[in-house]
Amino acid sequence: MIEMIQHPLFWLVAVIAVLSASGVVLSRNAIYSALSLLANFIMLAALYLMLNAQFIAIVQVVVYADAVVVLFVFVEMLLGAVGRIPVVERLTPHLIVALVVGFLIMVIVGSVVYEVPIGGARGSATQQAINQAGQVQVLGMTLFTDYLLAVELAGVLMLVGLVGALVLTHQWRRERGIRVQRANREGMPSASAGANRSSLTGNRS
Amino acid sequence: MDWIAGLLIPFVKALVLVVLLLTGFAYLSYVERKLVARFHVRYGPNRAGPFGLLQPIADGLKMLFKEEIIPRHADKLFYLMAPAIVVVPALLVWAVIPISNFSFRIFGYEITFYLTDLNIGLLYALAVAELGTYGIILGGWSSNNKYALLGALRTSSQMLSYSLPMGTALLSILAVVGSLSLVDIVNAQRGLWFIFLQPLGFLIYFITGLAETNRSPFDLPETENELVAGFVTEYGGIKFALFYMGEYISMMTTSALATTLFLGGWWGPFVDELPILGIFYFVLKMSAVVFLIIWVRASLPRVRFDQLMGFCWKFLLPLGLFNVMVTATVVALWG
Repeated sequence: MIEMIQHPLFWLVAVIAVLSASGVVLSRNAIYSALSLLANFIMLAALYLMLNAQFIAIVQVVVYADAVVVLFVFVEMLLGAVGRIPVVERLTPHLIVALVVGFLIMVIVGSVVYEVPIGGARGSATQQAINQAGQVQVLGMTLFTDYLLAVELAGVLMLVGLVGALVLTHQWRRERGIRVQRANREGMPSASAGANRSSLTGNRS
Repeated sequence: MDWIAGLLIPFVKALVLVVLLLTGFAYLSYVERKLVARFHVRYGPNRAGPFGLLQPIADGLKMLFKEEIIPRHADKLFYLMAPAIVVVPALLVWAVIPISNFSFRIFGYEITFYLTDLNIGLLYALAVAELGTYGIILGGWSSNNKYALLGALRTSSQMLSYSLPMGTALLSILAVVGSLSLVDIVNAQRGLWFIFLQPLGFLIYFITGLAETNRSPFDLPETENELVAGFVTEYGGIKFALFYMGEYISMMTTSALATTLFLGGWWGPFVDELPILGIFYFVLKMSAVVFLIIWVRASLPRVRFDQLMGFCWKFLLPLGLFNVMVTATVVALWG
């Protein structure tokens, strides 16, 4: 029964996914692009579901559809990048580089897909084990035993990103603090109490 | 006959659920008006039918027959789509909410009181409920009105921020049960409801639930004294009603999830002997949470936007993380 509708369902989802993906690149309105991306992410989640990867499908929706695209839309609205994007009519060097790199990536991905039959790599978890324990538990066990190093490295990578964001905001604060200090030293009119406080935090960091 | 079990039964169950939810929405609006009126020492709706019971039908008819006005500068596609995007995710969440463990057989087919016991039910509920944000953002943006856009921006930042502490509350439940299936979570509460095991978790869930459904005191997207009506400014008639439908169904969803996660779902006295009582207990507990939400609306003033953000990031999130840490330690040591 399920197998019978799976095939047409796959083609439906695949066609919508490809259409929305081209919509991301082709639409002239930034909001429409972001929403096409949303449709594409949801279709991708549907494809994961058809491969019985329920957890990955839901994570795809939670992380990308719910958080990332909302942020995209938010920033676009806030910065006013909402109008129509002008068409590039001439072949600029920028465009040539983009075309070459895009072509290379397409060749690499295409050759991999062509070489390796679809079905992918199989982990140590068998179908029985998955049915017995539920997919999240199996995924967790695999991640924290066989792929522990990769998980830890990814964690460190994210920590670096977090610290980087903090440093960037603090840099701005410190510079402002130094400016206020210099102003104080040179006998400029004293800055406000709030600025003085920020100069103190700037010294400490 | 495979297709009966595979397609027909879920379809009929979904249909019944949708009809129940839509009726529930209509009467929830009546109950809320009546309750808030009592809190204000007024009578509330009492003209249409006995005790004003036909008021929702009158309102519905009025909304249907209103003139359809679409602003000339609106983005028509998304302007029309936005109300639907608010309602559909709110309905979809109910696919995983287990109402009762009671089941009966018709012609050899077992009928349970939930659509599906999804392996990852908790995550599904979280993911789908969040999609409703798009309806509000798109509604605000496509109206092409500054008040609507500001309301939409507020909503998106509010919903993004408050989903983090909500995640921590759910995470502590997850650490205790060790399963994402909502049926498993309810079964684990047979002896002791999680509200007693995770009082902090329930508090955080309840507060973030208010914020996620844009209920008072967090109804900033539609502050009438500064933003006219927020993202619904340019909407009228049935489209306006749809936004309200989305809000009320989300309110019911939040209450149902609170019941499932913290209040023991269908468990109550004599459920073991008479499983059908579970449905009654579930509805009773859910109504209690809904009543609490309405009570909060009648009692508390609206918070300011900076207070809203500060409360979430500086108080709720650290509190939630602390709760998760304590829970994880206890589970690891004595679990």
